[in-house]
Amino acid sequence: MRDVAIVSFAQSKHVRAQTDSNEVEMLMPVVREALDNVGIGMDRVGFTCSGSTDYLSGQAFSFVMTLDSVGPWPPISESHVEMDGAWALYEAWVKLQIGEIDVALIYAYSKSSPGNVREVLTRQLDPYFVAPLWPDTIAMAGLQTRALLDSGTATPADLAAVAATARRNALANPYALLTGDASVEDLLAQPMLADPMHVWDCPPITDGCAAVVIAADDVARELSKNPAWIRGIDHRIESQALGLRDLTTSVSTATAGSKAGVSAGGFDFAELHAPFTAQELIARNSLGLDASVPINPSGGALSANPVMAAGLIRLGEAASRISRGEGNRAIATATSGPCLQQNLVCVLEGSA
Amino acid sequence: MVIEYPFSRTTGPVIGAFLTGLREGVVIGIKGSDGRVLMPPMEYDPVTSESLTEMVEVGQAGEVTTWTWTDGQRYQPIEGRGFAWALIKLDGTDTPMLHAVDVTSPDQMSTGMRVKIRWRAEREGHIRDIECFEPVGSGDKEQPEGES
Amino acid sequence: MSLVLPPSIADVEQVKSVRTPAHLDYSYTPGKAMSSFLRGLEQKKIIGQKCPQCGKVYVPPRGACPTDGVPTVEEVELPHTGTITTFCVVNVSFYGQGMEIPYVSALVLLDGSDIPLMHLMQEVPYDQVRSGMRVEAVWVPDDELKPTLESIKWFRPNGEPDMDSASMRGNA
Repeated sequence: MRDVAIVSFAQSKHVRAQTDSNEVEMLMPVVREALDNVGIGMDRVGFTCSGSTDYLSGQAFSFVMTLDSVGPWPPISESHVEMDGAWALYEAWVKLQIGEIDVALIYAYSKSSPGNVREVLTRQLDPYFVAPLWPDTIAMAGLQTRALLDSGTATPADLAAVAATARRNALANPYALLTGDASVEDLLAQPMLADPMHVWDCPPITDGCAAVVIAADDVARELSKNPAWIRGIDHRIESQALGLRDLTTSVSTATAGSKAGVSAGGFDFAELHAPFTAQELIARNSLGLDASVPINPSGGALSANPVMAAGLIRLGEAASRISRGEGNRAIATATSGPCLQQNLVCVLEGSA
Repeated sequence: MVIEYPFSRTTGPVIGAFLTGLREGVVIGIKGSDGRVLMPPMEYDPVTSESLTEMVEVGQAGEVTTWTWTDGQRYQPIEGRGFAWALIKLDGTDTPMLHAVDVTSPDQMSTGMRVKIRWRAEREGHIRDIECFEPVGSGDKEQPEGES
Repeated sequence: MSLVLPPSIADVEQVKSVRTPAHLDYSYTPGKAMSSFLRGLEQKKIIGQKCPQCGKVYVPPRGACPTDGVPTVEEVELPHTGTITTFCVVNVSFYGQGMEIPYVSALVLLDGSDIPLMHLMQEVPYDQVRSGMRVEAVWVPDDELKPTLESIKWFRPNGEPDMDSASMRGNA
């Protein structure tokens, strides 16, 4: 296996609605920053892979349009996943493992503002039994949240603590959308949005994007003084049939974590992609992380949730923190599908 | 900008049988490799991947295994007001299915409560042939329908 | 391996397909470049953008040069005349179509631009349309101008002699 590292990460200043710019205009400066961070142009990039979904923009093949932001001439080797950019990174990692290339560019973006993201995401549900009922993202998260509360493994105060910590952490993150200094009591006092969900249990609707550069072996060492090495990366998916899953645990997160080498422990922090408060607790438990490991120092998806980029951003944030020397070993995850149906787990480590 | 898809999906025999059941006013599940009854039915066992073939009629009432309130969305059993979504394990099945429950406030919902199907008057073979579920009333002495 | 059905549905006609229509509403953001282009049309202007690196002029503009991946900020107002690079005679009707068939859809390379714009050809028999034909835009009446490409109703021949194909190479 080749040693592959994240050597550069850039993200947009996430906003509620990017009404001035289209996706290309939003993405171009972020892609440029990711490449400039390591002083390379597209001529050194062997493969480009992006993550996004056409359903958010309401345009077929909208991801083809965003290739304008990398200047794909002469023609480039590229691919796209109709998923979070974290899976685009996985595809790029595989490509580097094959040995033909040493550098890959990954980007992910979304504008949730044009449509009704809660409804748009119902299109990913079972087409015969569930999608025709249009149960939105908050409803699906609500089913999981109640199941967690019913199981006794979490209380409303535990959920509020997740939200309060996320917002407080986000105060130090200039890219985050939702920040604040509310206490658990303040949050619990707020009325329900849709029992059991409060507004703070849910992510903010966000427009934003991110880009990452990965490189292998000596090329990574050439491009970065302190690369964040990918020591393990794996992803697993569960059945789409909700009734078959125990919504209070995440078997796919646990399995992916095990394959990625999480049991070796020694983590300084974890960036867990959890757009809903209950999901952070479930993901953390599934990875066996105890209270000593800080979760989401960036503020996580509860502070900024550009759908399809939020998972890639967890990997990027974790890698950046390691490269800056603010921790040496971290877990970063990405999730997809309702109620943590599909999960990617990555173990990152610096050279310290 | 409006994106509209008229989609008409082929069902295959298993999902077709389930929807046929709904059209006829009955609920059909399928037996998994280990004998448990899967609802809604699946073509292949989720653990062994075996082709599944034994379909069985199941009950029309069951238990709420989890739920959430919603203020009113694209699908509303009663127009203009909120309702609850729930995972409901029908009598005679081992896995719950998702549907709406007609209640007027979250106070009327609880995990473990019993609910029964309210059928749509005109049915065509669609998940919405079940208009929604409704609570089996505490003062209601009627036995739940279907096998236990 | 045949399916065993319970008695209650064994003898009735089986459902074979189900209608599951989907409808989603969006409020599309055209972005800075496209907004400028659309507002230009409302003023009977055709606005393109020029790449600072390669110098190519793109219309409709998208804010980026697709070959260099850099922002294209400089706006260029283009003439309303151009040359057909290629075209298609449409004989297939479709739901919601406004035009009578057959009609001609053409790629028009506006003078001074480097990629052709797609539009309709009218005021010429469909079998006389050809690559190299010189054309001009026909606009809606001034009081009907709106921020949409439909402000140009169609293109028509402007009587100038055809351009030769060699000079259009690289733009078709």
